[in-house]
Formats: sequence, structure tokens, C-alpha cells
Amino acid sequence: MEQKSALKPLFISGNAAIARGAWEAGCRVAAAYPGTPSTEILEYTSRYPEIYSEWSMNEKVSLEVAIGASLAGSRAFCAMKHVGLNVASDALMSQTLIGVGGGLVIVVADDVGLSSSQNEQDSRFWGRFAHVPVLEPCDAQESFSMMVSAFTLSETFNTPVILRLTTRICHVKGVVQPQRDSYPQFAIEGGFVKDVKQKVMTPAHAKFRIPWMFEREEQLRIYSEGCDLNRQVGGEDRRVGFIASGPTVLHVMESFPDAPILQLGLTYPPPLERIRQFAELVDQLVVTEEVEPLLETEIKAAGIAVIGKALLPRQGELAPQVLRRALAPLFGQAEADLPAAGVNAMQEQRVDLPKIGSSAELFPRPPTMCVACPHLGIYYCLSHIRNKTISGDIGCYTLGTGEPWNALDTCICMGASMGVALGLDKGRTESDQNKKVIAVIGDSTFMHMGMQGLLDITYNRGNVTVLLLDNRAVGMTGGQDNPASGRDIHGEPALQIDFRKLCEALGVRSERIVEVNPYELPTLFKALREETKQPEPSVIITNQPCVLVDHYGPKPPLEVIDAKCTGCGNCLDVGCPAISVVRRETVMKPNGQEKQLAFVTIDTQACTGCDLCPGTCAPDAIVPMEGVSRG
Amino acid sequence: MVNSSNRQVTNILVVGIGGQGVMTASEVIAQTALRAGYDVKKTEVAGMAQRGGVVTSHVRFGKRVLSPAIPSGEADLLVAFEPAEALRWCGELRPEGVAMVNSEPQAPPVVSFGLYDYPEDPIGQIRERGITVHAFAAGKIARELGNFRLVNTVMLGAISPYLEFSAEVMREVILERFRERKPKLVELNEAAFAAGLERGHG
Repeated sequence: MEQKSALKPLFISGNAAIARGAWEAGCRVAAAYPGTPSTEILEYTSRYPEIYSEWSMNEKVSLEVAIGASLAGSRAFCAMKHVGLNVASDALMSQTLIGVGGGLVIVVADDVGLSSSQNEQDSRFWGRFAHVPVLEPCDAQESFSMMVSAFTLSETFNTPVILRLTTRICHVKGVVQPQRDSYPQFAIEGGFVKDVKQKVMTPAHAKFRIPWMFEREEQLRIYSEGCDLNRQVGGEDRRVGFIASGPTVLHVMESFPDAPILQLGLTYPPPLERIRQFAELVDQLVVTEEVEPLLETEIKAAGIAVIGKALLPRQGELAPQVLRRALAPLFGQAEADLPAAGVNAMQEQRVDLPKIGSSAELFPRPPTMCVACPHLGIYYCLSHIRNKTISGDIGCYTLGTGEPWNALDTCICMGASMGVALGLDKGRTESDQNKKVIAVIGDSTFMHMGMQGLLDITYNRGNVTVLLLDNRAVGMTGGQDNPASGRDIHGEPALQIDFRKLCEALGVRSERIVEVNPYELPTLFKALREETKQPEPSVIITNQPCVLVDHYGPKPPLEVIDAKCTGCGNCLDVGCPAISVVRRETVMKPNGQEKQLAFVTIDTQACTGCDLCPGTCAPDAIVPMEGVSRG
Repeated sequence: MVNSSNRQVTNILVVGIGGQGVMTASEVIAQTALRAGYDVKKTEVAGMAQRGGVVTSHVRFGKRVLSPAIPSGEADLLVAFEPAEALRWCGELRPEGVAMVNSEPQAPPVVSFGLYDYPEDPIGQIRERGITVHAFAAGKIARELGNFRLVNTVMLGAISPYLEFSAEVMREVILERFRERKPKLVELNEAAFAAGLERGHG
């Protein structure tokens, strides 16, 4: 029952709007692996009891779960960050030949601006590659309404639909008007339909599905020309007209309020005839898209003159100040007339543009590991080991690349630490004969895509020491549950995986699997020394939880006895953000060399008493805070 | 008032360090503006924010808000939870904009490692640019009240005289949040808001 405008508007993020849209569309199954900026989509979805929600082991599995649910007759979706769709793409490329039962939506969030990702890729390519439609909302309201439309579009055209978001949509809150206050029961009649020629992709079957897929794409092309997802908005100043998609629609409206805009919501297949008609209305045509020139290439190929990446950056957000500066010449303005930008604040949005205005030289403030993070001890030890190459992976522990540890040598993609380590071992040259090869991977990344790599190491007799940092959570994205935490997406008890048994099953010999408490530095050093000596695969598993999870138990804080601190600075090598320098001194050593001393203090409001730093303090200057019992 | 009536959208940039409550502060501003009947957009660069990195949140409200990002040089009010961060972001203000700054420095680990220096007198440097700055030790007030996490309520109290809705509406939004989630903290937040409001007037 539609109850338009009777419902109270919501003030929610794009991610929450996707979840609401799925619920209002009667979606029954949702799956995801956490990843910035998409993580909250499934967190919000899991709050709707009518929808089965899960944290999947990786994005490929999440898509496969959604495919299965769709074929079973239910509306289903999976959500992932841009790089997740690379992982899921194997399933996508076959699924496009099969079609759907209930509507099937793939929500993919591109990290435009690189807030927390290893690259900045444009997921809209997958629409072209898999010949499936791509929807691009411009804000939370459209995320909601397009999510509802996406299921219908999927069923009408018998196709998976890609709904593409960016960071500025996922993490922007706006006013959203909901349409329903009850969950609609939706299911395809008859449930799963057996049809092997459609659903079993062998060469004999697939070759008949390929022409079918192209015919579907042609129908979508015709639909795109007339549908109201693509519409003309904006003003009457016809000097410059815009073809805009995603968040750039609003950035263009903000920057050039009088310009006419052809706003594309269904951006693949693009409505080229409508674009041609629109082009005739304006003197110059500009296409704004984040981030690759996909529409631009297609518009040009249709013989329509358009300006795009010749003036606009091919990286980062097309925020208003970027658009205004880049396009000023088209409006007869000199760039110098525009307001200057900030000190060194919005650099990420001004890539390709010169720095403007006076710049105060400020320190960077990169993300740090948390106070008392169980990874700190690991990196303290790794930074003190010589003659090693360390392949890293994706997670909080990637921060070990930075100061003060400088411990990681590679970071490629989820799970890559395993295969890369094996390659570093097998490909070593004469000069690296005695180097220790170490791989560092977290529990969640190991289960996502690392397990196969470890099997590759054991099967192929690699000489690699694996550090499996089990902090019982998906830490980087905010501590989501996984099989290491032993709880499901709702926080309910679930399988808790035994990593020792798992590693044994993957072929690591039992005596080469060591469990350690990462806050005990001597134990850690000993384990690292012994295991890196062994000419066979070994795994060191750490066993302390992430400090961000609810059940982390802080202890009373530590403090520094000023009179005892010698300024040696050893504790700073731990890299705990609760430790800071209060005073520096330069002294002359007996041999005549100068030595820098750094006297420290501990932020007792932040310290959780993990007892790691006292282990680095020779004069025992770090002690439990006076007057606080440590019961 | 930080906005003049001839402009349609008020832009507030809230900046600080992961863990200081920047997101909560901007959420309160947004909710207050909603209650006052405005269209609101609020963006946040979060990602790795809970790990001590720079956090910024843009709040825009008015009759109709388009882009969620405050165009560079168009912020009306900068709410900075740390003085060096105020310096980093002050160029985003309009020439007549106002900066409300917690004057207590918090140096990042890279300064402790000796790789960078903390800037000399960041607040003075902002003033040299001709910007109106109100700086006070909001963190100290929060700690004296018993919890450094109260710093965002102190800062909200301090900016409330500069917004076009009454301080009472914002105070109510804050207290309602705590009544629902952490009723034990209602009184403390009431005190924190009042202390901030007093400093903001000065």
C-alpha cells in the first residue's frame, strides 16, 4: 500500500537509503563483505528482520549468495566496495548470461577520492564488460528511489543491475522521503525454475545465451532513451550544457546554477539520441563523470562533440571548486578571479590543479594504529628484525608500513601477502639467499582470500613465515563480526573458527604453528626468531582482540615517572599514540658524538594499560598510575 | 550570526582528529537545522577516521542544499577541535567567516617521532590571515567536568550564539540524544553545553 508523503522524512546516509530501498522493495536476501565506503549498507539492512542478511567471506561469495536467492525467486542484492567487484567479477560474467528470477542488484561503491582504498577504479566499466545496466544516483534520496527501481528493472529486462555509488553518496546524509511503512511480501511465483540451458553455463548452452544477452542490451538501449531516470534539469543559460551523472549532478548545479543539465541516472547504456538532441540546444557540451571518460568516449564515438577530461581531472572528486576552476575558460572567466582554496586541506580534491594561495607547512596527520592495538607489539618486533622482506596485506595492519615501524614491503590486494611471499621465496636471487620471507595477514583477510595462498605455500614447499594477526574482527571497517569473532551479523553466537586446525588442514605441520599473546614482547621475539629459521612454512597466530570491539576490557592506565625517564625514546618505537614527547635534549656522549634524547609522557585518559610499552623501558619508568588499583 | 540573509545556504566545517567526536558534533548541528525547518546535507570523510587521522565533516543547511561539499573558501563557520587542524582548514572560510577553536594542541605521533614540528602559535597564524578567531581551552573544561569526551558538547555550546537558531534548540537536540542512549550523561552534557555557551559569548 503506497502512503506517499504521509510518512515522516528521514535524515539518512546514502548507505542507509540503500537498505531502506531494499526493504521497501521487498528484498529478501542481502550479502556483503565489509569495505569502505560500502560497509554500513549491510549493517543497516541487517536491522530489518524481514531481510536475511549476512557477512559473506568475500565479495564473490556475496554475489553468489545473491544469485542463488534471485534464482530461487526472491529479490536479492549484494553490496561491496569497488575492488570487491573485481573479486566478484567471475560470477558476474557468467550470471549476465543466465538472467534472474527475483530482481538481482549489485551495489558497488567506488572510493572516489581514496578515503580508504588501495586504488581508485571506475566500476562502471563492469556494466560495459558484462553488458548489464548501470544506475548512478546523485544523493541519498535517489539512492533510495533507484534501489527500488533497480529490482523492477532487473526483472523487466531479466538482467543483474549494477547500482553504482561513490564515497560522497555513501557517506552523505540528506533528507529522504520513504514511501512505505510496511514490508511488501514479494516472491516470483513457482520459486526456482529448472532450466539447464539457461542456468548451467557450459559452452553448448552459453553460445546461445550470448546473442540473447546482446538482444537484452539493445532493449535496454532503447529503454534508456525514453526512461525518466534520465532527465533534463537546470537553467536556461545555453553557453554550456552538461551531461552529468552521480554526485557530479549536484556539484554542477552548485557551480553553474543557470546551466542546463541532462542528468543521467541510467548511465549504461547511455541515451545517445537524447544526448544528441540536448547537444543541439547548447553552444558547448561538457560531460562530468567520476572518474574515467566512459560516457565521454561513447558520446564522441556517436559523433557528438563534447568536452570532458581535456579540462577535467581524471582522478578524484569533481567537487564545485574543481569544476569552477577547470571550466572557467568556457564561461569567459580567468581562473585567477576565482576564490582561492584552503591551506593544504582540500588537496585530494584538487589533483591535477596547481596549489593555490599561501600554504602553511603543516605536518600530515595520517591514520594511526589505536592506543593499545594488539598489532603494535608485532610491528615493534618486526622493525627490530634484520635481513627480511615482509609482504603485507589489506587491513589496519597495513599501517605498519608507516612510522615508526617501516615494517611492510608490499601491499597489493586482499590475500596477496601469501602468494607474494611465496613468489619472493621462489624468485629470490643470489643477493637475497639468506633473507627471511615473512607474510603478515589479518584474520578476516585470511578468510577472505588468504587461505588459498597458504595452501599454495604448503603445497609448493615454500619457505615463508606467516604472521596471522587474529584480532577477532574486521578491524579496519569498524570491528564487524566474522568467523574469528564467533558471532554473526546480528551479534548472535555463530561458528568460531579454530585457526590452528585450519592451518593444519591447509598443510602446515602442527609443530610449526605457534600461538602467541602479542602483548608479550619476549615471547614474540622468540617465536619470530625460531620460526624464521625453519626452512618450511610456519604460522604464528596472535590471539588478542581488537581494542574497538565491545568486549575489549581496558585496564587502569600507565604513567611515566619523570625522574626515571632517561629520554632513550625506546617506547616511541612501539608507535602507541598515547605516548608523546614532552621535552627534547641534545647531550654529548663520551665518544664525542651528539645524542638526541626524547622524554615522554603517557596520555592517561587514552591509555588502556595494555602493558606493552613497559617492556621496552630499561629504567622501569613506565608504571601503573598511582592510586589506581589494577584488580 | 555567521550567515547573512542574502545567502541561501549556511556552511559549517567541523574538523578534528578521529575520536574527538567531530561526527557527533556535526550530527547535532544537522539535526538542529532540520528541526528549524531547513534542508540539510552532511558529509563526512570518515574511512580511517577512528584511527587518529584528520576528520572533517561538512554541514550545509538552507532552503535547498545541492552539493554536499562546501565549496572551498565558502565556509561560514569553522569548528576546530584542535588548533593545528584549525590552521590546516582555515583557508576554507569566507573572508568574513568565523573560526571557533579548541586551543589545546594535540600533536600527532609523527611529531613525537621527530619527523615534523608542531606549528608555532597556530591561532596567531590564523589571526594574521585576518580571520575572526574565538579560541579557548574546551578540552580543559571537558576534563574538569570529568570526561574529555565532553569536548564536543562544550564546542557546540560555544558555537550556538553564532547560529541562526536559538541555543535552546541545539541544547535540546543534544540532551535528547543522551536521554535516549546514555541517560546518566544528561546532566554532565547540560553543564558542558552551558560552559561552552558562556565562552562562546565571550
